[in-house]
Amino acid sequence: MSHDITHDEASHGHDHDHKPKGFVKRWLMTTNHKDIGTLYLIFAFAMFILGGAMAMIIRLELFQPGLQFVEPDFFNQMTTMHALIMVFGAVMPAFVGLANWMIPLMIGAPDMALPRMNNWSFWILPFAFTLLASTLFMEGGAPAGGWTMYPPLVLQGGHNVAYLVFAVHLMGISSIMGAINVIATIMNMRAPNVGYLNMPLFVWTWLITAFLLIAVMPVLAGAVTMLLTDRYFDTSFFNAAGGGDPVLFQHIFWFFGHPEVYIMILPAFGVVSEIIPTFARKPLFGYVSMVYATAAIAFLSFIVWAHHMFSVGMPLGGELYFMYATMMIAVPTGVKIFNWVATMWRGSMTFETPMLFSLAFVILFTIGGFSGVMMALAPVDLQYHDTYFIVAHFHYVLVTGAVFGIIAGVYYWIPKWSGHMYNERLGKIHFWWSTISVNVLFFPQHFLGLAGMPRRIPDYSTQFAEFNMWSSIGGFAFGLAQVFFIYVVWKTVRGGEKATAQVWDGAKGLEWTVPSPAPHHTFEEFGPVDLDKMAHGKDH
Amino acid sequence: MSELSKDQYYVPHLAKWPIVGSIGLTTTVLGAINMLNSENPGTPWVMYLGFAIILFMMFGWFGDVIKESENNLYNTQVDTSFRMGMVWFIFSEVMFFAGFFGALFYARTFSVPWLGGEGTGLATNEVLYPGYEGVWPTNGPGDLNGHYDIIDPYHLPLVNTLLLLTSSITITIAHHALRANNRAQTIIWLIATVILGAIFLYYQAEEYIEAYQQLNLKLSSGIYGSTFFMLTGFHGMHVTLGTIMIAIITIRVIKGHFRPESHFGFEAVAWYWHFVDVVWLGLFIFVYIL
Repeated sequence: MSHDITHDEASHGHDHDHKPKGFVKRWLMTTNHKDIGTLYLIFAFAMFILGGAMAMIIRLELFQPGLQFVEPDFFNQMTTMHALIMVFGAVMPAFVGLANWMIPLMIGAPDMALPRMNNWSFWILPFAFTLLASTLFMEGGAPAGGWTMYPPLVLQGGHNVAYLVFAVHLMGISSIMGAINVIATIMNMRAPNVGYLNMPLFVWTWLITAFLLIAVMPVLAGAVTMLLTDRYFDTSFFNAAGGGDPVLFQHIFWFFGHPEVYIMILPAFGVVSEIIPTFARKPLFGYVSMVYATAAIAFLSFIVWAHHMFSVGMPLGGELYFMYATMMIAVPTGVKIFNWVATMWRGSMTFETPMLFSLAFVILFTIGGFSGVMMALAPVDLQYHDTYFIVAHFHYVLVTGAVFGIIAGVYYWIPKWSGHMYNERLGKIHFWWSTISVNVLFFPQHFLGLAGMPRRIPDYSTQFAEFNMWSSIGGFAFGLAQVFFIYVVWKTVRGGEKATAQVWDGAKGLEWTVPSPAPHHTFEEFGPVDLDKMAHGKDH
Repeated sequence: MSELSKDQYYVPHLAKWPIVGSIGLTTTVLGAINMLNSENPGTPWVMYLGFAIILFMMFGWFGDVIKESENNLYNTQVDTSFRMGMVWFIFSEVMFFAGFFGALFYARTFSVPWLGGEGTGLATNEVLYPGYEGVWPTNGPGDLNGHYDIIDPYHLPLVNTLLLLTSSITITIAHHALRANNRAQTIIWLIATVILGAIFLYYQAEEYIEAYQQLNLKLSSGIYGSTFFMLTGFHGMHVTLGTIMIAIITIRVIKGHFRPESHFGFEAVAWYWHFVDVVWLGLFIFVYIL
């Protein structure tokens, strides 16, 4: 049965095709992948604004040397909470939201494989972040030892330690369940004639991301459990007097943490791999090599963790091994960059907002990648370590990488979600405003770091004043640009030009065969889909 | 499985249990946090309330799933989703234990020898901890919690190893009996498995009591005590959970659930039990013997 017929039936409406009535039934008790995707995206956006507000406080304090606005301890709370909220509250849930919305539509599935658990994965998050954010208002304040939670510093926090540990546990439970759902959906719910090598690259990157999540979130849970028992039950995991070692925490944390950074970027690779072919009007160059490159990056991510710890005092053999292993990651990543560029080569390109963000992604993520290769060199990393150079590096890969990927995805798919085209002029304003300001924000931080300005410090030597002022101005502008983004999204959801099913003339994929907005239920009956509609349907 | 609606993947509607579960989880951790942070913890009623809510959620949620399954709403594809869910859940559990095993291996291979002066640890040893030899088992250069003895692996732990290995066999026999549609045999061998699991837990409790009261081996006995109790403790929690799960499966068999060709609930629990068994073998070798 072709999917078109399914949709006709859907629009005629069996009883259960109607959206549930009432707020509680529609949102609290939902099992619908589209509604849950929407919840994830809204939650991620709210956390993005909250974490962004904290970033504004950080940039405000750093606008000038000296202490102007906040206490040093509160400053440290802001850097810690900003990172935790952005990583676990904004970027990860945003990608899960995109996965929820798009994966079933892209593979011809009626829903996620385990719809009830899908609901639970989401509804743990608001509770987890309420627990975490509540520490801001209690005696002693929020965790201030950095998002990496290194002992012994983090254990010197007050009441917040237990809140931090259990909030991380809850986030982990949510992520693991979400990842299990994604894997089961992709492996078990593809339409009968959709093979693994017919899948869109976004689906592939998420399959690999989900595997990473299931492999490393439990390790993080173990690490924070050890923190908890060291603090409250007299264990000695990270206490040298008892035979333990604080460095042990760093090893366990980064065994989670390095795959984690790929968890935050691989789905963005997937998003731009959907967008660039659409607006270059050419099939993705080197589809299979993209799949292998993604898998290679994921594999390498497990064996390079200690490059975050070059300055901690490892044996020389360890430093050398982790240095060379890390540099190997540049190879599959280079394959990806090459393929995106080759996809655009001689394409008939147009530059709608999703494409602009994707292009910026390719260029700016590469800058972040280059500074990553610089820091992979153990001898020079001793100079860069814990300076603003690393701050610049990971904000290039996470803001102009992951966040730009998410924003590109939102512009690309919002017509499918809302049924309305966004306003192209406003989208372009948002793009240029964001892209210019984000570079003013983060590029000077490279220079600050190379000149020796340490991270996580509220005050600095006057020689750093000028670049910090630029960085703060860029920061405020970038923050405002995202407030403007809320307006653009809100305007699109409320109204605007009606979107067709196809939306983008160059787009291929099953998601463009269903009406816009996508009906509450799609692909309800399993059956073969039209492989011609898929980007990689026939070639592989 | 079902003759009805072969192509229709059953998508449940109006899930009321997840939000109950979230409230239960949050209540539990809030109870735990308050207990940890207060000077006089007293009875952790809030935590118990949280556990009760989670139990209520599990009864309700699993009850709904069982009802739907017994009403033939699930086709083989739904069954496959459940299987994948369980397999990947067990994989996540494996990784959780891997973190603790990693801590054990790191301490034994690196941190303890370094504190004893090996590698680059010479200065540390001579300046901070002169005389410390860095030999496993150890409660560290600070001799935390004083002298202790370790548990002889060839008494209770060996018995426990044999108990768990036997229980893996009994649950497999029960599985074969279920497939042969021999309900009486299935029930007998399941009950045998539950009993073996319960004896294991009883001995494990004995061992802990002995460790605390006679051997002075405690959670606070440096890195040895930390890794020993955390690894065996989390394993024991998993055995407890597994035993409860097998008991519930037994009740379900008695109630007439499961068919010879379709009994995912049974299989999931059996997989979990084998996983717990394998973890124990790792513990027996790396924690008790070596």
